[in-house]
Amino acid sequence: MSVTSVTSELPTLELDGDHVPFSLGETIYEVAQRHACEIPTLCYDERLDPLGGCRLCVVEVEGFRSPVASCTTKAVAGMKVRTSTDAVEKHRRTLLELVVSENPKARIDPLRGAASQELTVLRNRYDVDGSRFEGKTSGSTRHDDKNPFIARDYDQCISCYRCVRVCAEREGDYAISVMNRGFDTQITTEFNGLLDDSDCTYCGQCVQTCPTGALGDAKAMRAQDDPAPLKATRSVCSYCGVGCGVDLLSKGDKLVGIRPARDGGANAGALCVKGQFAFDFVQHSDRLTEPLVRKDGELRPVSWDEVLDRAAAGFAKAAKDHGRHSVYAVASGRAPHESTYTLQKQIRGAFGTNYIDNCSRA
Amino acid sequence: MSNPLSDMEEPDVIFCIGTNMTECHPVAATRLHQARRRGATLIVADPRRITLAKRADIYLPLKVGTDVALLLGMAHVIAREGLVDSAFIESRTLEADAFLEHIKAFTPEWAEGICEVPAVDIERAALAYARGRRGAVYYTLGITEHICGVDNVQSLCNLVLMTGHIGRAGTGINPMRGQNNIQGAGDAGGLPNNYPGFQSVEKPEFQKKFSALYGRQIDGECGITKVRALEYAVDGKMNAMLICGENTLVSDPDRKHCEKALRALDHLVVVDIFLTETAELADVVLPASAWGETDGVYANTERRVQRVRAAVPPQGQAKPEWWIMSQLAKRLGVSGFEYESAADVFNELCEVSPIYKGLNWERAGAASYHWPVPYDGHPGTPRLHEETFPSKTGRGTFKRIEYREPAEVVDDEYPVWLTTGRRLQHYHTRTMTARAGMQYFVPEETLEVHPKDVEAWGLTDGGKVRMASRRGAVELTVEATDRSPRGTVFGSFGFGDTAVDDLTGAGYDPVTETAELKVCVVRLQPAVPYSEPVA
Repeated sequence: MSVTSVTSELPTLELDGDHVPFSLGETIYEVAQRHACEIPTLCYDERLDPLGGCRLCVVEVEGFRSPVASCTTKAVAGMKVRTSTDAVEKHRRTLLELVVSENPKARIDPLRGAASQELTVLRNRYDVDGSRFEGKTSGSTRHDDKNPFIARDYDQCISCYRCVRVCAEREGDYAISVMNRGFDTQITTEFNGLLDDSDCTYCGQCVQTCPTGALGDAKAMRAQDDPAPLKATRSVCSYCGVGCGVDLLSKGDKLVGIRPARDGGANAGALCVKGQFAFDFVQHSDRLTEPLVRKDGELRPVSWDEVLDRAAAGFAKAAKDHGRHSVYAVASGRAPHESTYTLQKQIRGAFGTNYIDNCSRA
Repeated sequence: MSNPLSDMEEPDVIFCIGTNMTECHPVAATRLHQARRRGATLIVADPRRITLAKRADIYLPLKVGTDVALLLGMAHVIAREGLVDSAFIESRTLEADAFLEHIKAFTPEWAEGICEVPAVDIERAALAYARGRRGAVYYTLGITEHICGVDNVQSLCNLVLMTGHIGRAGTGINPMRGQNNIQGAGDAGGLPNNYPGFQSVEKPEFQKKFSALYGRQIDGECGITKVRALEYAVDGKMNAMLICGENTLVSDPDRKHCEKALRALDHLVVVDIFLTETAELADVVLPASAWGETDGVYANTERRVQRVRAAVPPQGQAKPEWWIMSQLAKRLGVSGFEYESAADVFNELCEVSPIYKGLNWERAGAASYHWPVPYDGHPGTPRLHEETFPSKTGRGTFKRIEYREPAEVVDDEYPVWLTTGRRLQHYHTRTMTARAGMQYFVPEETLEVHPKDVEAWGLTDGGKVRMASRRGAVELTVEATDRSPRGTVFGSFGFGDTAVDDLTGAGYDPVTETAELKVCVVRLQPAVPYSEPVA
């Protein structure tokens, strides 16, 4: 069976004049995304149930009286959809002006979180500054929440509920909630308290999905004033065996933060408190920076040459005096494959024994 | 794990036993949550009312160390109700008849007498697991860190075999590995019984292969485990040791014994990123480059092989371990260590290991694959046991398991059960997390005690308690909480200064020599202010 014939069995709709196939259950937004239509969104996160709250993703559908939210409207065969008519674009621009008018004009540093630039990008794309609707503002920053991990700058909040939804739908923690209605809507925790007093586990998922930087990675933000360019290096978390994909954020030689990899095979964008925030051991002042050898009962710094000679001599002497079964090695469950591979090869190659184990038994 | 992590979103019945997943593998728990959102039933067996237990549809609060009894009771119910998958048993297993005969004696009422889970709940759990179309088992060290760890795992295998919940999406038997690359440490040959790629040291073909590769005759028999090596050291039969990236002194059971062993060595070399409690005992300490500074490869709990990358340069003179080992090997007169990069090492590992044969540095960097990847172009193997099991016959064999008591049971002298584990914000011996701001959450170790026990034993919430086992004593702060059941207390093993592992280690599994860290017996008394320091 050819690919074409499979495609022809799928229903189609008309998207900006093109006939495109879709699978049953897909939303207009999902279909449009596959066909590279740049529909703007703010409350959308592909991992979450669509909300249809921000109304930026509205499109015109022939036969419908008013534009519909494409993220919540299922595709139907024969539908005629227009994603960027003048009317729709004007509608989006006005909505953005309303949203932006309530927020302080501060620059949002990308260190705040993975999605933190979404509003900034749209603001530039539609060239809006909100001055037309300037006036009352909503959402107030929790300056009293002094936890060192998650900044709660609700002055920048637009009530898209992505934080609330990710906490409930992805994490199952239900730590974040909504208080009041309409203009007085405020994102909060139970009893309007601090994150410490809630069910929050500090996994950082709310931070990473926030499209405005209202929730910020407070640890990474410490490096905001460092002028060095921000670099992201794809790696894997150093903690448990789940093996979450992460991007290591660095500026110059300094590790400044961690970001979950949305395409990480194991984690699909999630992290926990350790993976998200417990990275600064790497450049901690307690790190061993020099080889040490015990002399007169004290561990003293020496050169690599000296330390390696001493280390090797000790093993050689044990093997000579007590036989090759007097030497043992413990491999690390923390280090990469290359560490253990070379260690076991050394033991097997130098002593001809299988006197090696790793830390999995305890 | 028999199944990939993505399969955790697929089951319609989930059985978690001996896993505090929301704290120890939090991101895996988020994937289970997706199955729950679609209506999957969650069964949780754990002595403590952990977060997962609170989310469970069926919670089985078993007494510590009684997993075998619970699982025998469940197997009994499944057989009695005629819920065994006869077709699966017929085509894929051995010794089913003997097993089904064996479990006739182990009624849920019998199990209740031992594990203290109401028989009615054992029935409910058994029925739910067996009736699911896709049932998946998840476990961690709560199953294995017992003198009967192997029996526990075999008992779970029996449940899987009798229901046929394996080899398909959303099923399987899934141990969750605790450390970022503990899987890789085995894959790369850091085992006394296997060369890299799990090639047995006892098989002549592999002996020949590796003796040729490594340039000398290698013993044809297995080496000894670390547990045994430490015993030998105490007895003066082990003289030199190289410990790489492990804070043995704090992570291993029975700290006094461990310290005695390490001190008895003539030559102790430690490779680490911090001067750990273990490194402080060493003759030579070699500074390794850390995560974030080192290029390499990890394999996760689902056998997914992933590249890790350096983002920043190593601190001071720290070096990658492959370089350190190669320099040492050269000084010991061994050839074959002319590596110039981690890539050279990994490519050799792939070359000599059939399960990695289809991988190399480049391929592992471009995408992630689940081993086995037997040849170039192979897509990897996310799901094991789809057609056969890795045994001579290709079939899974039922095991007739009997319940055994833990190495220690409560008595008049030591009337309280102690069980141990991790906490969400800390990791192992905290050498990393304590230096990464996690003290904010857990500034000191606490002992979880049921509020009624706090009262009954004359303790105070937030006050100090002296806890003693047959091997040692520690002082720590009491936290009154109903997470722990009455008569059982919980502490994490992470705090070097109040090392709960001083107390554990009464016994070892006879097969794996894994320590029984999850059960020991203790006595508690309020710590008197200004008392003599605890020895």
